[in-house]
Amino acid sequence: MRYLPLTPDDRRAMLARIGAPDIDALFRDVPPEAVVPLSAFDLPETQGELEVDRALSKLAARNIAAGSVPSFCGAGAYKHHVPSAVDHLIQRSEFLTAYTPYQPEIAQGTLQVLFEFQTQVALLTGMESANASLYDGSTATAEAVLMAQRLTRRGKAILSGGLHPHYAETVETVASLSGEVARAAVMPGSAEDIAALIDGDTACVVVQSPDVFGLIRNLRPIAEAAHAKGALLIAVVTEAVSLGLLESPGAQGADIVACEGQSIGNGLNFGGPYVGLFAAREKFLRQMPGRLCGETVDAAGKRGFVLTLSTREQHIRREKATSNVCTNSGLCALAFAIHLSLLGEEGLTRLARLNHARASALADRLARVPGVELMTPAFFNEFTLKLSKPAAPVVDALAVRGVLGGVPASRLMPHEAVAKNLLIVAATETNTDEDFAAFETALAEVLT
Amino acid sequence: MSMNNQGRPSQPGSAQDNELPTISGDRGLDLEARLIFEIGRGGVTGVDLPDVKVAEARLGGLRRKDAIGLPGLSEPEVIRHYVRLSRQNYAIDAGLYPLGSCTMKHNPRLNEKMARLPGFGDLHPLAPRAATQGALTLISELMTWLTTLTGMPAVAMSPKAGAHGELCGLLAIRAAVAARGEKRDRILVPESAHGTNPATAAFAGFTVDEVPAKPDGRVDAAALKAKLGPDVAAIMLTNPNTCGLFEGEVIGIAKAVHAAGAYFYCDGANFNAIAGRVRPGDLGIDAMHINLHKTFSTPHGGGGPGAGPVVLSDRLAAYAPLPLLVSDANGFRLIEDRDELPKGAKPFGRMCAFHGQMGMFVRALSYMLSHGRDGVRQASEDAVLSANYILASLKDVMSAPFGDGPCMHEALFDDTFLEGSGITTLDFAKAMIDEGYHPMTMYFPLVVHGAMLIEPTESESKESLDRFIAVLRGLAEEAKAGKRKRFDGAPRYAPRRRLDETAAARKPVLRWKPDPLPQAAE
Repeated sequence: MRYLPLTPDDRRAMLARIGAPDIDALFRDVPPEAVVPLSAFDLPETQGELEVDRALSKLAARNIAAGSVPSFCGAGAYKHHVPSAVDHLIQRSEFLTAYTPYQPEIAQGTLQVLFEFQTQVALLTGMESANASLYDGSTATAEAVLMAQRLTRRGKAILSGGLHPHYAETVETVASLSGEVARAAVMPGSAEDIAALIDGDTACVVVQSPDVFGLIRNLRPIAEAAHAKGALLIAVVTEAVSLGLLESPGAQGADIVACEGQSIGNGLNFGGPYVGLFAAREKFLRQMPGRLCGETVDAAGKRGFVLTLSTREQHIRREKATSNVCTNSGLCALAFAIHLSLLGEEGLTRLARLNHARASALADRLARVPGVELMTPAFFNEFTLKLSKPAAPVVDALAVRGVLGGVPASRLMPHEAVAKNLLIVAATETNTDEDFAAFETALAEVLT
Repeated sequence: MSMNNQGRPSQPGSAQDNELPTISGDRGLDLEARLIFEIGRGGVTGVDLPDVKVAEARLGGLRRKDAIGLPGLSEPEVIRHYVRLSRQNYAIDAGLYPLGSCTMKHNPRLNEKMARLPGFGDLHPLAPRAATQGALTLISELMTWLTTLTGMPAVAMSPKAGAHGELCGLLAIRAAVAARGEKRDRILVPESAHGTNPATAAFAGFTVDEVPAKPDGRVDAAALKAKLGPDVAAIMLTNPNTCGLFEGEVIGIAKAVHAAGAYFYCDGANFNAIAGRVRPGDLGIDAMHINLHKTFSTPHGGGGPGAGPVVLSDRLAAYAPLPLLVSDANGFRLIEDRDELPKGAKPFGRMCAFHGQMGMFVRALSYMLSHGRDGVRQASEDAVLSANYILASLKDVMSAPFGDGPCMHEALFDDTFLEGSGITTLDFAKAMIDEGYHPMTMYFPLVVHGAMLIEPTESESKESLDRFIAVLRGLAEEAKAGKRKRFDGAPRYAPRRRLDETAAARKPVLRWKPDPLPQAAE
């Protein structure tokens, strides 16, 4: 087996040094009734690279890659162009095959990346502090709610109806153990009066902008209403590129920001791995979940970086830790950091404007199709259409015509009657005018 | 090995040479990288994009007014920056990385290539069902491998890492307890457990009750059984445990746990020692997460991403979280909503958006198909053989608290052999850095003093193990002889000397900020 360097002679020599007659002797602590023969496993035998490549390539070919057809799916995961340099750099052995930087003297590469990543995330979200990443946007949102419950010593979390339903369900799974989770009504294309729901037991309100229907939400009045009642505002962003064009959640008064970073540097990957961006006000630092990287000096006075404030974390605090998170999204955070370094201020703002311009052009085009109504008055690169027919079969019919025409809202919220005919459509810099034409033509066909 | 010095004017690398500071601050191939914020500037970018104008009309009056503050760099500058940074990292590709309990084994590059096939890497999670049949088939095949290797009937695929898998398992247990109309709030956790175990139990709303270890490094089964009662929801046991030992009483423990109406959660972090030889399902386990980045070698990436699928027994399978993968005449399908549940399914909720770490699933299945069942078993055996080889080769000069019998995939030492030398486990570890090795796991598990946990994995040749053993013997002998020179102030030859972690925590600087005052001109 090509990955195993020991030869039969090596194994014999090693057993001799150990003083064991055979390999079974090393497993002598396992109860005999629990040892099974190889034949107990109904699985194939070892295969060469060529055979494995062939088998998996065959499976991959049965999927429709976003880049192979006109594709307009978003709703929390976005197709963007990732510069070639990103994937080259993240495959450097020293990044790819290193562990969590527990020995900082020989992990300064990873640590400096994390320090720069934390700075990038803080700048982008308009917050003072950011951590070294969480699993993804949805789990970052759940951690934000738990943090708000700890900070306010209150139990109730109010979730906007525009929060991505998968995010809302993820929050409910964990935050309902420590408190109560209430979801506001779903009002596609408009802002619910979430301020009216905030009371003296409210730990936090969770508002996504742009929301799951693509609508840009004004967080300022919600922040003011929350703060007036002693509650915190958690802002959720699922499209990180939007932060290049829109006012940051921090500038609008958010206390904690949970953001999906996939859009920058990371591929679609059928839903993971992605990278959760987590930022907060500095005064909340000691209640932050996850790893933090800090600047320090070495014994010779040189600047260096270490993981710090680990007394919040599971390996020190055990059951009193702020979170159980251990492994997070290091390599995806690196991809994010490299892509954002390549973009810089000018690149990101141009990319964000381009996304908005493309989506705006597509919205105008599709709104001309009979049986289509644009529901979203203000959006970044994603909007919602109300169709004359249920959206789910329309999407299937579009797929038959070679167009991945967005996400039917009913897939995310099957119990909302209002969602039935709604189609969530995203357009990015990767979509061409030919893509738009194909979508428009196919949609017109399907709706007549 | 001796060096042929003919033709050399002087011995290289004398201490004096090393102390001569360079003008640049770099030293040969030892290149420093300033922060991107210190080298970036305005008016430059590494991505060419058209400069389109946008109307305000559709931005809800929320267009960004202030600059973000990101530095601008061209592509060559970005490449140089990250290449320089990469060279300050140790990596398994560069050398033996014996971090106990972390399993730093070889990461086959085929797996990287497979994960990047457009059909996987560029597949949208909410693409229509017909566009994703290959991906769903792959997940189904991986589920078959995981359930077959573990001898368990079901598996939840969405947890994003080991700790997330622990949470998934405990939430399934919570749901099962509630479904029986019972109230059980206590979880028993051995004191040798990884920190995520008690943290997860608390996170899932349980109270944690620690179970002591016996002098032989195993959990005290009698103490554990004595703690069982009507308020105990589960035990969380790592097997093989964090001392690198198999818990031989596991079947009896499982029976007692079940008799008390509780569930058996197994931390599967060390499954790589037994995969292909022992099925956790045969041991009476109800739930176990599998760190795909450990046993099945998806790269650690400097701290993730991981993936933590959880295998479940018949007692817990019904409570697996959404989404569920099912098949019918039209192929595979994800059930994402409670109204469509198959008979008997009672999911406790959802762990995350979408359906788990697909990129890791592809890599793990690629690893499994390459190894086959025979290769998986051989890998476990080689990992155990290599750890025992290290244990046998070092226990006379270092101190192995449980060294009388064989270990599993990792060899545990304590700091008894350093007694009286004034040298600590930390000093010993840092001296290993100067010798070109990543240190072993230090000060964990907590049940022995000054722990050094060495996990060589199956990826090392005998020659590599022999070199490593020779270096550790050399260090141990010098330490015991009171020769402190290599230990005081180590490391000397790393990109940094010892870093001041206390100062970092006392006044945290967690991000770069521009200098508050403009630089005065000289």
